Amino acid sequence: MTTTTVMTKPHRTIWQRWNWLLWVVVIGALYYWTINGLKFTGLQESAGAVSRSIVDGLVHPQWSYVYDGSGEDLVSLILQTLAIAFLGTIVSAVISVPFAFWAARGTHERFFLRSGSGKVVLTLIRTFPEIVLAIMFIKAVGPGSYAGVLAVSIHSIGMLGKLFSEAIENMDRGSEEAITSAGGRSGQVFALATVPTIMPEFFSYTLYRFEIAVRSASILGMVGAGGIGTPMIFAIQTRNWPKVGIILLGIVIMVLLIDSLSEQLRKRLI
Amino acid sequence: MTYPEIPRRSWVQRWHVKGIGGTVVLLVLLVASSQMTGVDVGMFFSNFGQFMNLLVRMSHPAWDYTTVIIQPLLETIQMAILGTTIGAAFAIPFAVLSASNLIHSRLLRNVTRLFLDLVRTLPDLLLAAIFVAIFGIGSTAGVVTLAIFSFGMVSKLFYEVIETIDMGPLEALESVGASKVTIIWYAVLPQILNQFISYFLYTLEINVRASTVLGYLGAGGIGVFLQRSLNEFNYSQTAVIILATLVVVLVIDGISNHLRRVLL
Amino acid sequence: MTQAPIISFKGVNKIYSNGTVGLKDISFDIPRGQFLVVVGLSGAGKSTLLRTINRMHEITSGEITIEEEPINDYKGQSLRLLRRKIGMIFQGFNLINRSSVERNVLSGRVSYYPTWKTLCGLFSKADREMAVRSLQRVNLADKLYTRADELSGGQQQRVAIARTLMQDPKIILADEPVASLDPLTTATVMDTLQRLNREDGITVIVNLHSVALARKYADRIIGLRAGQLVYDQPIAAVTEADLNKIYAEGAEA
Repeated sequence: MTTTTVMTKPHRTIWQRWNWLLWVVVIGALYYWTINGLKFTGLQESAGAVSRSIVDGLVHPQWSYVYDGSGEDLVSLILQTLAIAFLGTIVSAVISVPFAFWAARGTHERFFLRSGSGKVVLTLIRTFPEIVLAIMFIKAVGPGSYAGVLAVSIHSIGMLGKLFSEAIENMDRGSEEAITSAGGRSGQVFALATVPTIMPEFFSYTLYRFEIAVRSASILGMVGAGGIGTPMIFAIQTRNWPKVGIILLGIVIMVLLIDSLSEQLRKRLI
Repeated sequence: MTYPEIPRRSWVQRWHVKGIGGTVVLLVLLVASSQMTGVDVGMFFSNFGQFMNLLVRMSHPAWDYTTVIIQPLLETIQMAILGTTIGAAFAIPFAVLSASNLIHSRLLRNVTRLFLDLVRTLPDLLLAAIFVAIFGIGSTAGVVTLAIFSFGMVSKLFYEVIETIDMGPLEALESVGASKVTIIWYAVLPQILNQFISYFLYTLEINVRASTVLGYLGAGGIGVFLQRSLNEFNYSQTAVIILATLVVVLVIDGISNHLRRVLL
Repeated sequence: MTQAPIISFKGVNKIYSNGTVGLKDISFDIPRGQFLVVVGLSGAGKSTLLRTINRMHEITSGEITIEEEPINDYKGQSLRLLRRKIGMIFQGFNLINRSSVERNVLSGRVSYYPTWKTLCGLFSKADREMAVRSLQRVNLADKLYTRADELSGGQQQRVAIARTLMQDPKIILADEPVASLDPLTTATVMDTLQRLNREDGITVIVNLHSVALARKYADRIIGLRAGQLVYDQPIAAVTEADLNKIYAEGAEA
């Protein structure tokens, strides 16, 4: 009797039967470590008062800051932020193309030395904090939006290069085969088949990256790399909450507009 | 045999209005942006020496500094774990409210989604700056920042998962008159749990990266040390911090990628 | 001299780098102007056989001659000139989806242009007119400026045929040209290939897995199984039983 039940039921080892318990222990220990490790001391007693004045500032934003023609107002700096993101993304998209072909796994590649090394380089670029890049470029070209453009350009290569290389790896090779079989040279195959096949995807990823770049460009100013972040951090440090309120409003509207615009463009062009 | 008429191109097609127009718009935007940002290629190269000097100093990491930064690095990971967990916990009810296959009230759904869209527009460092002002310098501001940041991101990922579920088991339970909670527990949860965990891990990866710089504005973790070393022009220490951060990020990515592959 | 075969296989073997045998000791001739259909199960080596003719696949040993010239050692310019006279049609059409029909058809003419002209998209007026004529032959001239991915599958395959016509081909290789089409459009595509074979004397070699289509269009049918040539008969001598045997799984050669 016992032998038949053992044979009909799928056999589970002790490990399979109890490994959920192991997970519970591991996750429990992880959270125990996490919560015990963090010190929640040092909470300011004024937290409540500060929060109230922030909310008050957000409800009564300093409308006069929106535009005053000085070039240091909200509209001008939002435009500057967009310019940093736009220029940085375009430059990065151009530089990312050779990186992408470097990191894309080839069909005839043996040990993936070329593509593997490319992937490592892109990971390194991606992990290098954008803020640190911005600070380094400030040393090179001085504080201002130029440093922001350089930081966005270099940092975005990490992600765009990765997305582009995956697009290359997964692209439909059919049209390339057709041009080759018609007697095309490799340059012609690239121009007539590879580029038109891959461009829409590159374009779509670049738009996506632009959306992200708009968000980063709006905070790079906090370390001095131009855009709306600079007056934002000053306003926070000087507790000028009505000004923080209007800048926050500006950033939220800018990001929402850019996101919907980019969605429209993407639908239209693909 | 007669052939059909060869079509004529409209003048928009003949003169490639879309292609040329798009290129012109792109060029105008490029020129305008470079003027607005004061981009000067020459300046970059004339100051290139200074930039290289910085790189050279960074290429000699102060290895003995490693022992100092282990504790703040661990704190960074703890901030990321706690922040992601809180954010994800708050995200679940909002994800359910935004899913079109569970909530049939259009108004409720759109209001929730608008709220989530608004939360997602706020960059992480900006949130950090505000919460440092509220909670003071320390990891509390970091945890709250990451919680809000991941709340916005996870709720969107979650409701997109919920919208792809198979409605069969749901309708079966609905037809026998089960309550909404019962339906979600027995018909929805089993279908989405693995993807939820996978997205949770993905968000955790992003938060570990984000948390390493939050301290730059005083929100705890390794970023505090990053800011200190940069302010003191101590680039050999900066290099150690960046390398250590890199190792941590890669290890967390590796673990999380492995777990996600096992789950899906 | 018209008696000489246009394509000739002599003891051709193909072994893939992972050890799989693609083709095993294939020898046969294809006379000029023949409509040859290759049948066999998927994985029998039909596609490989076709692609060795324009060297999209390399062979391991043996010799293939085209118009009495061995092609094994062609490279660079001579290989491109060989490919120019061999048009190829694919199961997945392999058009450039987001480009216009005109541009797709013109791309069949690449081998007549230097690279820089292709980069700038400079095609001569004569070739543009030729593109219209090619499209007229497949009855699609009215779609000249339509985007390729807006066409139906059958129309896309006919655009692909118009593209190969731009090469002035002596041979057309068609690799499962109708496998992703419905019966009605299948007929128009196969009829187009037949017309080119009869009117222009182009040698056509088609891989098919449909026995009915093979019997309807072929002058001659050859069968492959596990990379070996197991059947070779003119259409008049083909019987239903023979074909069934080729498709019978596990039957001895």
